[in-house]
Amino acid sequence: MALMHFNTASFDEAVSAGGAVVVDFWASWCGPCRMLGPVIEQLAADYEGKALVGKVNVDDEQALAMRFGVASIPTVIFFKDGQEVARKVGVMPMGEFTKVLDTLV
Amino acid sequence: MKYDVIVLGGGPAGLAAAIAARGRNKTVLVISNRWQDSPLARAERIDNYLGLPGSTGYALLEQFQRHAVSVGVEFVVGRAISLMQWEGFALTVGSDFYQGGALVMAPGVARAAKFPGEQAFLGRGVSYCATCDGMLYRGKRVVVVGRANDAPEEARYLKSIGCDVTYTAPSRPDGLDEDIPFIRAGRVEIRGEQTVSSVVLDGEALACDGAFILRSSLAPTDLLPELALDDGYIRVDRAMATSIPGVFAAGDCTGKPLQVAKAVGEGHVAGLSACEYLDQQQK
Ligand SMILES: Cc1cc2nc3c(=O)[nH]c(=O)nc-3n(C[C@H](O)[C@H](O)[C@H](O)COP(=O)(O)OP(=O)(O)OC[C@H]3O[C@@H](n4cnc5c(N)ncnc54)[C@H](O)[C@@H]3O)c2cc1C
Repeated sequence: MALMHFNTASFDEAVSAGGAVVVDFWASWCGPCRMLGPVIEQLAADYEGKALVGKVNVDDEQALAMRFGVASIPTVIFFKDGQEVARKVGVMPMGEFTKVLDTLV
Repeated sequence: MKYDVIVLGGGPAGLAAAIAARGRNKTVLVISNRWQDSPLARAERIDNYLGLPGSTGYALLEQFQRHAVSVGVEFVVGRAISLMQWEGFALTVGSDFYQGGALVMAPGVARAAKFPGEQAFLGRGVSYCATCDGMLYRGKRVVVVGRANDAPEEARYLKSIGCDVTYTAPSRPDGLDEDIPFIRAGRVEIRGEQTVSSVVLDGEALACDGAFILRSSLAPTDLLPELALDDGYIRVDRAMATSIPGVFAAGDCTGKPLQVAKAVGEGHVAGLSACEYLDQQQK
């Protein structure tokens, strides 16, 4: 499955399934988020079948952003067994994400 | 569009690099704050720049700037707040980003040290980007720590989207809205538990949910953490190459002497080296 675009329902469903899930909290008015976009897309392609990679637009899904106390975007949160296991705030190279993801899949 | 060369910083070093790269027919974008706000524009008299004794810094810079425009250098005015290596280099200004194949760092020297607590709470209440994170603070109390000329505008933006804004700076800036409370303070400390809970201004704690710290520049290693430094300055070789392939640096950011002539010479070399790097990549 390619990159997902989560709303609250599809997010809850994906995370509660228990596998590795990566969620990028972003918004269209955020330059750094847009810049990170291609990296997240690449991550989705590279981990196809091993992890679910998706995006949450904090403008549309304010409640989700609140629930996870997202205070700065982009924020990328990693989930496993329904729990948050790691979080990366800000723009960073692909390697920082794969380093975490490789321990989860 | 993707540029051949992106130059960060529109002082003498950055402009010299840009002009050198245009001379090799590369497309060049300079990302910088308004040139009128650069430190050189404040210099009353420059007596040691070859052939032009007695110029004001402002006049010199204006002439450099005009030269760059005349050879087709493009400009984006604003603060670059993040940088990413991805198919070359990408830099963010506000809600836009710009891409290039090679990068010349010419941001001058970042004069301000970080405030206590700033690094620890970065992304947990401390933000450098009002456009990015403002929406997450709607209906909350935020403090704008103004250290850049455009900070009053950003404060107005935060207020307009529904943040409860207080502005602090060592002196009241021009253009700050009358209805934004202002606190005069020089010393700033960020405090909190999991996230920011207060900002301490000259010893007085002010409860808040977020602090927007707005400076005119970032330390080079905030943009590129892997960049090797020597004594706090960017490490370069004679070709002005840094420790990261495709990234070159010039001017005050590489070390002493902090002078225009040295910045221009280094900028020229950095611009040419960036072109050489791109030509090598092509092969
Ligand atoms: C008062 C004063 C007097 C001086 N007198 C002399 C003199 O007589 N002779 C002499 O040779 N030198 C003098 N200097 C020093 C001279 O100004 C510097 O050596 C020279 O300007 C360095 O050029 P630069 O291009 O490396 O950096 P700068 O001129 O500092 O230019 C860097 C530019 O990049 C911008 N920038 C940085 N980071 C970012 C970012 N993240 N996003 C967007 N823009 C960014 C900055 O705002 C700045 O406009 C003087 C300096 C001052 C302050």
